[in-house]
Amino acid sequence: MMSSEPGAGTRASLRRRLWTVADSLASPRKAADYLDMFRPMRRGADLRARVMEVRDEVQDAVTVVLRPGVDWRGHLPGQYVRIGIDVDGIRRWRSYSITSTPAIPRSSEGEATLSVTAKAVPGGLVTNHLAQELQVGDLVHLDQACGTFVLPDPVPRKPLFITAGSGITPVVGMLRSGLDRLRDAVLLHSDRTPGDVLFGPELRGLAAAGKVRLIENHTDADGRLDMAAITELVPDLAERQTWACGPAGLLDAIEEHWAELGIAEQLHTERFRTARAEPGQGGTVRFGSGTEIAVDGSTALLDAGEQAGLLLPSGCRMGICFSCVLPLREGAVRDLRSGELTIASPGDGVLVQTCVSAAAGACQIDL
Amino acid sequence: MTVLQKKSDNPIAHLSADDIDEIGRRLDAIRAEVIAARGASDAAYIRRVIGVQRTLELGSRAVLLFSKFPPAWFLGTAGLSVAKILENMEIGHNIMHGQWDWMRDEKIHSTTWEWDNASPSEQWKHSHNDLHHTYTNVIGRDNDLGYGIMRVDEDQRWVPMYLAQPLWNFVNACFFEYGIAAYDLELGKNLSTPKRRNDPEFRARGRQVLRKIRSQLLKDYVVHPALSGPSFVSTIAANATANFVRNIWTHSVIMCGHFPEGVETFSRSSIEGETRGEWYLRQMLGSANISGTRAMHVMTGNLSYQIEHHLFPDLPSNRYHEIAPKIRQIFHDYQLTYTTGPLPKQVASAWSKVFRLSLPNDFTATLRTEPKVALKSLLGRRRRPTRRPAAPLSAAA
Ligand code: FES
Repeated sequence: MMSSEPGAGTRASLRRRLWTVADSLASPRKAADYLDMFRPMRRGADLRARVMEVRDEVQDAVTVVLRPGVDWRGHLPGQYVRIGIDVDGIRRWRSYSITSTPAIPRSSEGEATLSVTAKAVPGGLVTNHLAQELQVGDLVHLDQACGTFVLPDPVPRKPLFITAGSGITPVVGMLRSGLDRLRDAVLLHSDRTPGDVLFGPELRGLAAAGKVRLIENHTDADGRLDMAAITELVPDLAERQTWACGPAGLLDAIEEHWAELGIAEQLHTERFRTARAEPGQGGTVRFGSGTEIAVDGSTALLDAGEQAGLLLPSGCRMGICFSCVLPLREGAVRDLRSGELTIASPGDGVLVQTCVSAAAGACQIDL
Repeated sequence: MTVLQKKSDNPIAHLSADDIDEIGRRLDAIRAEVIAARGASDAAYIRRVIGVQRTLELGSRAVLLFSKFPPAWFLGTAGLSVAKILENMEIGHNIMHGQWDWMRDEKIHSTTWEWDNASPSEQWKHSHNDLHHTYTNVIGRDNDLGYGIMRVDEDQRWVPMYLAQPLWNFVNACFFEYGIAAYDLELGKNLSTPKRRNDPEFRARGRQVLRKIRSQLLKDYVVHPALSGPSFVSTIAANATANFVRNIWTHSVIMCGHFPEGVETFSRSSIEGETRGEWYLRQMLGSANISGTRAMHVMTGNLSYQIEHHLFPDLPSNRYHEIAPKIRQIFHDYQLTYTTGPLPKQVASAWSKVFRLSLPNDFTATLRTEPKVALKSLLGRRRRPTRRPAAPLSAAA
């Protein structure tokens, strides 16, 4: 054992030295930029994935099967992944629940796949693109899986899953991977009609095989799922560990009820953040982690920030030099010249020119 | 508007304030149209150009591993020259302008791009995007005009030093990338006094330039030649040639942008309180195009559409040829001169201006009629006190 260590150390330092030489050959690019032309999914490359299959599900939902690059570290059932896709030439990042069972790639280019399932929402730019334009063979960008809404190991006794609509997606990932281990699992799922239920046939098949007790609530016939209904359908809920995912209203009610019962720690919820900024005129702008100021719709963020005493980067102040760009973490801004809107979801960090952008709703600018 | 008013043939005397506002509105509309249409095909364009450039560079460098053999030397050098030109012009210059920032791809972004040039991107972006593009052709504020070492306008007072400006211009062309680095550093001005020389900010920027130059030299004159083993010396020669060709080419293209006859310059006071329409108008009159084939436009980084580029520095370069006819129409509608011509003609025009302005105003005419007076003017000036008035370019000159 001892003897192999110096060898490994030498190899690692040799590798490093080779990279240094390669980078100096490629300067001012990085050697990786050239390697990306041939091996975009190799070890050490930015994480990417190849589209293997695009499959329609019910109700405008689509499942995309991806083969990630070799650096993919795998995921825990229930987690989501951020995927970057170029829509009309613009890179957009969105989070999607992983619906496949965990698997770790073994060799280069990765043998394992992962699938995500997304349900189209009206005006949902990226998901519509997934459903309509993504082609087998396309490359997409990927982050490592994240999220704490996961099935623990060992699995709990008597788990309860409460889901509505596309809230089933993280849970289906848990069910698929925990099937043989889950005992006395209950899935309470709500959707408009039986035909709308994502993965409906599969879930009913699992129920028929006795793997899970499936309770379907169809809002068209049974009305909205509320606390009274939940208590009635699952009388022993206080004895269970619960995972809930669905619309914010439902989750709020569940959280409140579980708190009243004093079993809040038995509850795990997942909220899909579809925070779509509703563009307006002006708004509250937060610069960095501190200064928050109300700005009208015709004042440039740069001017507003400077008036509030901030030291911000700037140059021409007329939109041509790009010295003033700062990341828009979240919210909407409007280009004062063209009226063009830029909307960022949390974590996007779209760079905007502060000298010609005004607030179009609440927004957060990083410094 | 006070621009150009003192000129006897003021090219905008016939325009009213409303006309100028209307020009501004029409240009804003053209910009908005392009932005609305911008999309996947534009993204594909820049990725394709980058792909071609990288393939060409890799291929040429590979061929140069055998540069000992003359055919390999010629092929590799030609390929590398073209690759370097593409990298600087259609790719680097335009990315650093933020033309592709809208794609939100951090690899093709003005905040991350570093170009194959002695000048670090960060410094170049300041002197070029901010100063040159904001103060285009304003004597004393736009250092691109003569790079602070040349006389570029009749109004600039002549001093004997300018006799050598054709030579300076040629030397600058040969070592253009270093010229740019020196100019971004405002080297002339910043070395002029001990206080400026010791300014920590200047020193930090100086170190940044030296680091960049070091890695550039290391790549072209040490690592790649070393890799080619027995072809070491010939690879050095090949890389030096490619850098030289790129320097001459970029210098020529850039001279054509603001220097040919017909391009106007402006005084500092003329831009005070400038409206958006007036700013546009200054860009229109202060820039010149180059006509030619599609390939030629790409090799100039579409700076052959200098007028369009100066109006809309942040629109994707592949769109300039599409809007050029509309811009031309505006020139036509307002009886303005759209300065353009083939490359050799524009280069010749720019060079003849360099030569003409190296001599005192009207020197050649006077020489023909009154040779003695003319020659005296050369000598006479030399005896004038060296303290110059606050002429626009005096600091840098
Ligand atoms: S300060 Fe120049 S683009 Fe904003």
